[in-house]
Amino acid sequence: MDRDSARLSRRATAPLLWAAAVAVPLGFLAIFFAWPVAALVVRGFVPDGAVDLTGFTEVLLRPRTWRLVGFTLTQAVLGTAFSVLLGLPLAYLLYRRSFPGRGLVRGLVTVPFVLPAVVVGVAFRTVFAPGGTLGFLGLEESLAGIVVALVFFNVSVVVRTVGGLWERLDPRTEEAAASLGASPARVFRTVTLPSLAPAVASAASVVFLFCATAFGVVLVLGGVRYGTIETEIWIRTTQFLDLRSASVLSIMQLVVISGALAVSARARSRREAALRLVSSRRSARRLSWRSPQDVTTALAGAAIVVGLMVLPLAGLVARSFREPDGSWGLGNYVALGTTGERNALVVTVWEATATSLRIALTATVISLVVGGLVALVVSRRPRSAGVRRAVGTLDGLFMLPLGVSAVTVGFGFLITMDQPVLGVDLRTSGLLVPVAQAVVAVPLVVRTVLPVLRAIDPRLREVAAVLGSGPGRVLRTVDLPIALRSVGLATGFAFAVSLGEFGATSFLARPDGATLPVVIYRLIGRPGAENYGMALAASVVLAVLTATVMMVAEQLRDERAGGEF
Amino acid sequence: MAGLEVRDVSVRYGVSTGSTRGGGSAGVTTAVDKVSLTVAPGEVVALLGPSGCGKSSLLRAVAGLEPLSEGHVVYDGEDLAGVPVHKRRFGLMFQEGQLFPHRDVGRNVAYGLEVQELSRAERDARVAALLDLLGLAGYERRAVATLSGGEQQRVALARALAPRPRLLLLDEPLSALDRQLRERLAGEVRAALVETGTTAVFVTHDHTEASAVADRVGVMDSGRLLQVAAPHELRTTPASERVAEFLGLRG
Repeated sequence: MDRDSARLSRRATAPLLWAAAVAVPLGFLAIFFAWPVAALVVRGFVPDGAVDLTGFTEVLLRPRTWRLVGFTLTQAVLGTAFSVLLGLPLAYLLYRRSFPGRGLVRGLVTVPFVLPAVVVGVAFRTVFAPGGTLGFLGLEESLAGIVVALVFFNVSVVVRTVGGLWERLDPRTEEAAASLGASPARVFRTVTLPSLAPAVASAASVVFLFCATAFGVVLVLGGVRYGTIETEIWIRTTQFLDLRSASVLSIMQLVVISGALAVSARARSRREAALRLVSSRRSARRLSWRSPQDVTTALAGAAIVVGLMVLPLAGLVARSFREPDGSWGLGNYVALGTTGERNALVVTVWEATATSLRIALTATVISLVVGGLVALVVSRRPRSAGVRRAVGTLDGLFMLPLGVSAVTVGFGFLITMDQPVLGVDLRTSGLLVPVAQAVVAVPLVVRTVLPVLRAIDPRLREVAAVLGSGPGRVLRTVDLPIALRSVGLATGFAFAVSLGEFGATSFLARPDGATLPVVIYRLIGRPGAENYGMALAASVVLAVLTATVMMVAEQLRDERAGGEF
Repeated sequence: MAGLEVRDVSVRYGVSTGSTRGGGSAGVTTAVDKVSLTVAPGEVVALLGPSGCGKSSLLRAVAGLEPLSEGHVVYDGEDLAGVPVHKRRFGLMFQEGQLFPHRDVGRNVAYGLEVQELSRAERDARVAALLDLLGLAGYERRAVATLSGGEQQRVALARALAPRPRLLLLDEPLSALDRQLRERLAGEVRAALVETGTTAVFVTHDHTEASAVADRVGVMDSGRLLQVAAPHELRTTPASERVAEFLGLRG
């Protein structure tokens, strides 16, 4: 008994610290995610103090609602299917074959994923416009145009997720099948594809999630004819002040997304089950110009990269140097110091850029603290089964914001944060937008840091403890230095996500505190060739900023560090 | 009594204290079953047995990494219950993969010295002396990834010896190496332990290795300690058929 009580008092501080490490992120999630979303749901069901479902029936009986649901699912399914279809040959080329310049192409393929949705929308709008590079295709304001932009965005998710596994598949299994008389096509169908299935399923469900909640791209490219549940929530709220319909639509969105997320979780748990994995260096073979299979894939890959990625981005940059009168020049960039034609904006674009950077910095700090603590807690393997289950639940809880659209978060903030939180009025303190962006960025931080912390051999910590390090010093000298490189990448992700965040920010940013994506959207919505030119130049600035941040972060990436995206 | 005393120690893995090592998910598995053992100061004792016999669990329990279900671990007369791992002043060495990848050789060896009150010069001198003892003089600034398997284990041994642990626990430290290297290193480990006067418990499944390193060898099977004796004594008078089997005296 004495022994037990001595042990208890000696170890009393450690559980307290762990409790704090759990409480801080949980509090953050409760106040800035659960409360706004719950308030939104309540507003849909209980509009005036009494349960009233007429809002539901009204929205559900509207033909427009079902058209929007249908379009949301159609564009998401098509976007997912084509992302997988085009992503597979690219994954093969970039992870299974080696050739000069492969690193560069891998980097290029990653760029779209971190580009702000508004920039992507503007880029495709520019090439699809009559007179644009791809104007002859007639894709302006069309389903096909939106799907192409979604594929542009998400093909990198497929390439990275599937490629990461493909690279480490033991080629000897395929060689064994070939020696048994299977043709290359049969080897692919009967051996390779089944092995890749978990990664493909996992990537597809994540892509579906991103497509179903796509907001900026659809808003910019869909015009007045096409919209998703997401854009409709935004339009209902900001244009018609119809908060009740918006609440109902948000709930519908939650239902659709939870389903997709459940499928994703199942796919992830089966991933890499019972596969023979080898070091990546062994499985990549040199690209051979004598193999018809290699030549076909290489040509297809080149066409995808050039047609889907290089062309729209090059088109955007080129057009940004066109003056309104059609001549070449820096006029659009000079105009970034103004508030636009007929004062389209309240602030200049450079002022908005400064605001964006300031907000992104704050949002990054918040998401690193919250996400870092979550990753740290979740990476532990406690002895007690009950505590282990609780830790698993915490992991799942923090994936929820990934599934709830940014528009929903922004809308929820709008209806809950109009009062001081813990004594701080977020609207006047300037923290409202950074906090909302952090809610969106935290899951990415967790997903980037967690695999690295989990991969640390527990014996390293045991050795450190035996050599005289208390729990605090073990954290400082073992976990922290190893996790630091992934923290660099997580910082880049958080910063890039925050810079380009549009869904939540568009609800919350005041006109005088507009961020770069908000300003770009406002500019393309205003008449005037000069405003459009400014939007293009501002998009290039935003794209360059984001790409630079990501490039610096990628430099800090450890080769062994995984990450799920 | 001075040295290590293990008194009636049992280690169980079960549903409530489930672990990744050895524990069945259904019911309770007894990994170590009422084992008693003493190790005198300066003595090297080997624990010999097949994989899964509980020798590693016993070692981890002594280190404080595994909670005891019953019994006592006592050192120099002090019961270590409630003394956390990092306060026991023991050393521990694993089979492989335990060098800190983000530190070079010198900073790996210095790790345990950094919590002690030593001047920079004293610390550097101690690191250099240990690397010298293990035939790695001048390796301080090398990255651990550039070392061969044998060199990595020497660095791990130097690191474990650096803080002058009152007891060194070695968990199959040579098993990941090829046979020739293993035989040579077994001799070197013995020499390093004797040279530094270190008390040690050495876990292995190889009886020649056990005889080469230890003053006394304990034979374990199914969580029980069958016999503890000097190597030659074990060979001449094995206590049971099982003991003789592990020593390769039969078949």
